[in-house]
Amino acid sequence: MAQAHAEHAHDDHHGTPTGWKRWLYSTNHKDIGLLYLYFAIFAGIIGGALSGFMRWELAEPGIQIFPGLAQMVYGVGGDASLDAGKHMFNVFTTAHGLIMVFFVVMPAVIGGFANYFVPLMIGAPDMAFPRMNNISFWLLPPAFLLLLLSLFMEGPPGAMGVGGGWTVYPPYSTSGQPGPAMDYAILSLHIAGASSILGAINFITTIFNMRAPGMTMFKMPLFPWSVLVTAFLLLLALPVLAGAITMLLTDRNFGTAFFDPAGGGDPILFQHLFWFFGHPEVYIMILPGFGIVSHIISTFSRKPIFGYLAMVYAMVAIGAVGFIVWAHHMYTTGISLNTQRYFVAATMIIAVPTGVKIFSWIATMWGGSMRFTTPMLWAIGFIFLFTVGGVTGVVLANAGADRALHDTYYVVAHFHYVLSLGAVFTIFAGWYYWFPKMFGVMYNEFLGKLHFWIMFIGVNLIFFPQHFLGLAGMPRRYIDYPDAYALWNSVSSWGYLVTLVAMGIFFFAMFEAWARKRKAADNPWGEGATTLEWTLSSPPPYHQFENLPRFK
Amino acid sequence: MSSLSAHSEKDAANRKVMLWLVGVAIFMLGASFAAVPLYDLFCRVTGYGGTTQVSDGNVKGVIGREMGVRFDATISPGLPLRVQPARVETNPIGEVSTVVYRATNLSDKPLKTTASFNVTPESTGIYFNKIECFCFSEQELAPYETVEMPVTYFVDPDLDLDSELRTIRQITLSYTFHAL
Repeated sequence: MAQAHAEHAHDDHHGTPTGWKRWLYSTNHKDIGLLYLYFAIFAGIIGGALSGFMRWELAEPGIQIFPGLAQMVYGVGGDASLDAGKHMFNVFTTAHGLIMVFFVVMPAVIGGFANYFVPLMIGAPDMAFPRMNNISFWLLPPAFLLLLLSLFMEGPPGAMGVGGGWTVYPPYSTSGQPGPAMDYAILSLHIAGASSILGAINFITTIFNMRAPGMTMFKMPLFPWSVLVTAFLLLLALPVLAGAITMLLTDRNFGTAFFDPAGGGDPILFQHLFWFFGHPEVYIMILPGFGIVSHIISTFSRKPIFGYLAMVYAMVAIGAVGFIVWAHHMYTTGISLNTQRYFVAATMIIAVPTGVKIFSWIATMWGGSMRFTTPMLWAIGFIFLFTVGGVTGVVLANAGADRALHDTYYVVAHFHYVLSLGAVFTIFAGWYYWFPKMFGVMYNEFLGKLHFWIMFIGVNLIFFPQHFLGLAGMPRRYIDYPDAYALWNSVSSWGYLVTLVAMGIFFFAMFEAWARKRKAADNPWGEGATTLEWTLSSPPPYHQFENLPRFK
Repeated sequence: MSSLSAHSEKDAANRKVMLWLVGVAIFMLGASFAAVPLYDLFCRVTGYGGTTQVSDGNVKGVIGREMGVRFDATISPGLPLRVQPARVETNPIGEVSTVVYRATNLSDKPLKTTASFNVTPESTGIYFNKIECFCFSEQELAPYETVEMPVTYFVDPDLDLDSELRTIRQITLSYTFHAL
């Protein structure tokens, strides 16, 4: 075919750059996608390690680990180490949250998988703005570095790092922590936010303008659709976060009073701005996963996805409604009963399009010829765990119930079921699904399945007991707890160890695949895998679609 | 060479979309700052967060139901000020009443303060009207001076029609004094 010839001729002009230049100067969406994925894995190890220390501390009542840790890391001695340890625990919860949101999940699903596979799936040679793509990625490492540096800067007087949670509410983030740690964290979020906004602009332009001839919007696969909706959420939500944290920054350093009542400001305004960003943000983290899971379920049921149009509209609806439910994070700030009624109703409405998606995934499997490969296990595991998290979400949507459950471990369990188990399971699902495509080698199916089962047991052991702890009234973000909560905390911490073993299996499986180098076929999944990336070689050529594929 | 011009056409189309999207991002950034005055306006108009209303006088008359008003004062940490709030006033709803806060400058330097304020339950903010209040302007106290600071207020009789507030018998008017 002429296409092969054209590709060959093209390779003579500019081949694959080599060495460090290939990565640092990269404008190739596949290379940048891989960089994002490697970055997310690296940040995930750090973010996961932070939570390991928290689970270790909470394994039994009393304060055991953090004073010694503070002594080791910050060199505080004697009695001061107890207070330093307490603050350090808060610093760890804060850093764990920020890292997992901004430097693990978002880079993995949006920067990683979307960069690599959106152009392939819509039949585009690359992203619309390849150089902007390069900037988007290379803004992330400095942002991450700033956040890590903030751990070693003074926060509140006499203590290191930013405490107070990823939500950085004033006044604790303004007058409460005068040291430079908070400024480092704010700048880190600014840079990470700029990176994501640039990425969002790139994705929207790519999806609008670079689809292969004949691929109309409603012939486009669901993963690019999910990324399109996500990119719009990023574009609308992140500038609001940027504005809010800029106000924090000027309140801290330049004498403004946006959030300071003494100067006529209102700290609650920050919460409104933050959650106007924060709620779409949780959909930003999960929507691309919806897209990934749709492809996997369809591939391994050997059926087209059930209710394609409904799936698209459900994602658009989730994205749109996601912008008008933010105050359900703020039921306890004294908003009026009627406002609460509205936010309860609007929040519960989101369960409808989400239910449409869950239903469609199950209906896709129904009557399909299913194969329980590793990616399929992760996808089904995701559906189960996300549904559990969704149900507790509906519970929390009730302002009345939220009075009791606000800031308890019930909330922690809820959002870890939808994110840590939901979003992270979609990342692993996508990783195993596209592993042969990205690297051209097959992973070991047994190790992949073992990873899934151990991790599935581990994360459920961590987070399911936290529902009980929350219902029993255990508040989040505390280093210690009364003896009554000892049992389920201990189970939760054992769950962390099980999950740690699962991660060990994951890294071993990756090593095994790398060492054995079993050549993967162009389409290892058979006739169920119908999207364009499977028509290319594994791994795909450095430049693809010199002649655009055509759709009728 | 036709592919080259197709290429630059594509670039132009991409650039156009990009400019729109950059515009959207800048608009949202602007909106986040516009939220500051808009939120303030929203609170004033709706009484949100217990924001009290400003009025010239009560034209709606007095009704039979009584409402207690408790007065409260909080001083910012480190401000050398002592404030004695007024005693609880229980009047028929709609009656205009004047109470006096007494503030003493405890330092040997002149002291400038302002006060921020709201009422609880917060949903009574829309019904709580002030005609005169020291909080409308800044206060300047000479060293060791004691001043009387009056508040003239009334509770809007429409409060009686609000089913959410059927059981409310007392409103707390709270001031927090800040250094200026």
